[in-house]
Amino acid sequence: MIALKDVHKSFGSNQVLRGANLSVGRGESMVVIGGSGTGKSVLLKCILGLIRPDAGTITVDDRDVLKQARDPFLARFGMLFQGGALFDSLPVWQNVSFRLLRGALKRPRDEARSIAIDKLGRVGLGPDVADLYPAELSGGMQKRVGLARAIAADPGIIFFDEPTTGLDPIMAGVINALIREIVVEMGATAVTITHDMSSVRAIADKVAMLHGGKVRWTGPVTEIDHSGDPYLDQFIHGRADGPIASVR
Amino acid sequence: MRFLAALGRPVLALLAAIGRVAIFAADAVSHLARPPWYPREFAVALVNVGYLSLPVVALTAVFTGGALALQIYSGGARFSAEAVVPQIVAIGMVRELGPVLVGLMIAARVTSSIAAEIATMKVTEQIDALVTLSTHPAKYLTLPRVVAGTLAVPLLVGVGDIIGIMGGFLVGTGPLGFNAASYLHNTINFLEAPDIWSSLAKGAVFGFIATLMGCYFGMNSGRGAQGVGSATKGSVEAAAVLILAANFILTSLFFSA
Repeated sequence: MIALKDVHKSFGSNQVLRGANLSVGRGESMVVIGGSGTGKSVLLKCILGLIRPDAGTITVDDRDVLKQARDPFLARFGMLFQGGALFDSLPVWQNVSFRLLRGALKRPRDEARSIAIDKLGRVGLGPDVADLYPAELSGGMQKRVGLARAIAADPGIIFFDEPTTGLDPIMAGVINALIREIVVEMGATAVTITHDMSSVRAIADKVAMLHGGKVRWTGPVTEIDHSGDPYLDQFIHGRADGPIASVR
Repeated sequence: MRFLAALGRPVLALLAAIGRVAIFAADAVSHLARPPWYPREFAVALVNVGYLSLPVVALTAVFTGGALALQIYSGGARFSAEAVVPQIVAIGMVRELGPVLVGLMIAARVTSSIAAEIATMKVTEQIDALVTLSTHPAKYLTLPRVVAGTLAVPLLVGVGDIIGIMGGFLVGTGPLGFNAASYLHNTINFLEAPDIWSSLAKGAVFGFIATLMGCYFGMNSGRGAQGVGSATKGSVEAAAVLILAANFILTSLFFSA
């Protein structure tokens, strides 16, 4: 469904992606892991067309993402951003139903609010949260609202950018469980990027490890503990010693 | 050759910056002809740029008008021309000080606010979120603010002109001892239509510049708090300099004999 072939992307002299290849099947939950600065977020943004790759092709359902009409293409996606990326100037319900209040998917205001409250309920937030502003919410609640926004228009593909960063372990577990439930329930294709191994084990069907601008290893989540790949072993066990250079 | 290269680099950088701003402005304005439009965003921008700027514009204008009356009176006394206070206050406020001071106050208040808001949205990925929600940032953020600035600032300039003249009137009829009826009569009779429409036209241009610079620097902000700070500072500097440059050009166009 989503295929990246030999994707390159540089920022000045910094070569972030150096021939990344990745394939994500329909309804599959792929988790991309890798150290900080290895290009995980760049990879997601290239798929969405937020960043244009220097070389290589990215296709969704065999169609080049850069050659499609933007609005219908983006309407298929939902995305949970690392920091939530909620709009400060809008109350929670308008954040959740943002896509339903304007553009091609526009619905009557009452209906959009009702859908927003329904989606907030799906992520464990009550209707009392609907009229609050993002600044009035805790980090965990902001993540949940971001998750509600990502699923508000029932997208077929959902991206999660570091969904548990900045959360305590219990809240991280709650968000992981919610993501897994929602992806299974909606039958959506999911791509998650994270450093958090508990997220990997909770969310993933398959795992891809990005290192040196390339996908170094990919396989089912059940195989990550005996992959035989020294890079993956070092990463999942959090060892300072190994082939991945660490700064002490 | 090194000298030429050293001279050429900043010139090329300046031309490139002008090109980038021109493309940014053309892209934003082109959305006027391409729905969807966002009337709520426009209304919010109109209130922020126009209505909420009224107090600072009024205070700036009233003090400037009063000070101008005092200066003209004391300066005019050197060649027995104290009587021209109403006329000079009127023409000074309407042709120059009204539009320029309002433009600079808008640059300080609105440009900085727009740049900081949009830059913060950028560093917190809210701009990326807009795109993933099928919403064009130029259409949703830039166009409403630029249109609101272009429409609201001429009205602010009109208000500033009137309040500035009132400041001169209060000083003129108070400490300076002018007759109120004669002060008003001299003011109204002296002003001509081109004085007024040129003032409002300057306001429209300054409003466009001020809001465009806020949006441009915000959208092109660097990362982190430093990026937001630099964008805010750069936007105000650019807006202030461009407003003063545009004022000179417009004054030359309108009033050069």
